[in-house]
Amino acid sequence: MKTQNNKAWFLVLPVLILVSISAIIPLMTVVNYSVQDTFGNNEFFWVGTEWFQEVLNSERFLNALKRTLLFSALILAIEIPLGIFIALAMPKRGIGVSFCLVLMALPLLIPWNVVGTIWQVFGRVDIGLLGHGLASLGFDYNYTQNVFDAWATLIIMDVWHWTSLVVLLCYSGLVAIPEVYYQAARIDGASRWSVFRFIQLPKIKRVLLIAVLLRFMDSFMIYTEPFVVTGGGPGNSTTFLSIDLVQMAVGQFDLGPAAAMSLVYFLIILLVCWIFYTIMTSFDAQAAASQKKG
Amino acid sequence: MASIELKNIAHQYPSEDKSGPYALSSLNELWQDGGAYALLGPSGCGKTTLLNIISGLLQPSEGRVLFDGVDVTDLSPEKRNIAQVFQFPVVYDTLTVAENLAFPLKNRGMAKDKITERVAEILSMLGLSDRANEKAHSLTADDKQKISLGRGLVRTDVKAILFDEPLTVIDPHLKWQLRTELKKIHQQFRHTMIYVTHDQTEALTFADKVIVMYGGSVLQIGTPEELFETPAHTFVGQFIGSPGMNILKASVDGTVAIVDGIQLELPGNYRKIDDQVELGIRPEYISLSQTGGIQAETVSIDDVGKHIIVRCRLERQIVSVIVPEGTSIPDKPRLVFAQDKINIYQNAVLVRPAD
Repeated sequence: MKTQNNKAWFLVLPVLILVSISAIIPLMTVVNYSVQDTFGNNEFFWVGTEWFQEVLNSERFLNALKRTLLFSALILAIEIPLGIFIALAMPKRGIGVSFCLVLMALPLLIPWNVVGTIWQVFGRVDIGLLGHGLASLGFDYNYTQNVFDAWATLIIMDVWHWTSLVVLLCYSGLVAIPEVYYQAARIDGASRWSVFRFIQLPKIKRVLLIAVLLRFMDSFMIYTEPFVVTGGGPGNSTTFLSIDLVQMAVGQFDLGPAAAMSLVYFLIILLVCWIFYTIMTSFDAQAAASQKKG
Repeated sequence: MASIELKNIAHQYPSEDKSGPYALSSLNELWQDGGAYALLGPSGCGKTTLLNIISGLLQPSEGRVLFDGVDVTDLSPEKRNIAQVFQFPVVYDTLTVAENLAFPLKNRGMAKDKITERVAEILSMLGLSDRANEKAHSLTADDKQKISLGRGLVRTDVKAILFDEPLTVIDPHLKWQLRTELKKIHQQFRHTMIYVTHDQTEALTFADKVIVMYGGSVLQIGTPEELFETPAHTFVGQFIGSPGMNILKASVDGTVAIVDGIQLELPGNYRKIDDQVELGIRPEYISLSQTGGIQAETVSIDDVGKHIIVRCRLERQIVSVIVPEGTSIPDKPRLVFAQDKINIYQNAVLVRPAD
């Protein structure tokens, strides 16, 4: 249909203004920094792609990227199966439902820096319940000195904080499955595993993709918690991209490389989101195609 | 295949008040091996509850279910060897059509080559052979429903096939086709089939015997003809037929009934009946006449294409009359009731003539 009237655009104008102030203009400033160098005094020199080349070739960036990818991979490998498992085990009706939902929602309500602080204290060998407990059981646990302990602490903390999100998403997908599928499976003599494999998993596939996407983005951008708990240490062992970026931009005041790095960082996340989006919309297209036939 | 016997089956859903109404109350039925039965009734009359009790998805609060005389009340659905087709097509989306059909056999540990053979047989029977390797989710609703049915048919030892309003989501022009196919499958294999529906056309065309249910109890079991000619209950008379049977308040004495002060000859001698007496006659059995008959007044005329439905007022009560297309309808028509098609009801239950 031909557009008769363009006045509707005025209605989205306020939002466009807000978004440009909150997102577009700051992003453009970063782009601006990433292609220039400065020696203070508000003097800028054009350097082209130099910062990008420097960042992409720097061992520091690549190591931080590897650490971040490893962290995200571990988080997904633990939280997704665990989340599905807990969601499957949760009651589907009765008084237990609201109890479980509240219990699951609790960790999600805690601010990131508070989570970090809780675990920072919790893991301390001198006063923390976890650290002291492990030490008195004879374990040589110390997240400030031991690389493995630091990683374990951060991962357990993230699992504690965010598995709930996966659980809630999966649970919403599970309760939406009509009872008749389970009835048909019973009549077909399906085992518990078959029910999961051929009914539950296919039906929660889409919420699961959203869960994976959210958990990937969040864990890939994680900053506050490791900053509070380990500060990126011991050494550089838990210095993820976000921590490295802040050190470079605010700590060393290298605005050019930091801007280039943040753009590369941004593009990586954008790329992954695009991949997920493509997968999800292809599901939709399939569904729409079968709807059309049906 | 098996005969199905229900002994004192009653069911009350757990959330309901203990003294509250039963979803099903005290049913005693025997359904023959190889019969095609339809459970017909309005929504909420307990037909699906009854079906789920037979298949074992639901444990009845009271009573026993027997297959071929063997008590199966405590057996799970898979142990009972029942197939059930649901209102909404249930297919395993990620499996192909052939894998869907193989699923119940695989779960029962059948040998691979036997499965392949059996699945191919059923695929050709359902006319789905050329789509065997397509993913099930890409199929249309009627083909999906065929797969649901196929998963029941594929098992050679299945005791009975239960249908829970299986044509609800199917397009009208395919409904007829699918129903015919069901009927053909039944004639070919003689499975005991129980078909739940609220659509009288479906029930009457599918089944040898129709069980009419209302409010958790069975009102009448009979052939489509019996249900039409001699409904055992005024509800059955009104529920079956379009429009349903005319039920008129009357008083009966011997061979004469009086409706709105008008005398009508009855087909037999009923003696004197008290209580709530009603006279039932199908709109098909009332005709318009030039001379004889009862004086009435036309209230409304609905032309439904194949015939005309005229609603007329006697003194107070309204009767529906079906007349052939093209009949001219006067404002003051004269009605003739076919004497041998009149049924008499006492407290809503059919009364037979005394002699």
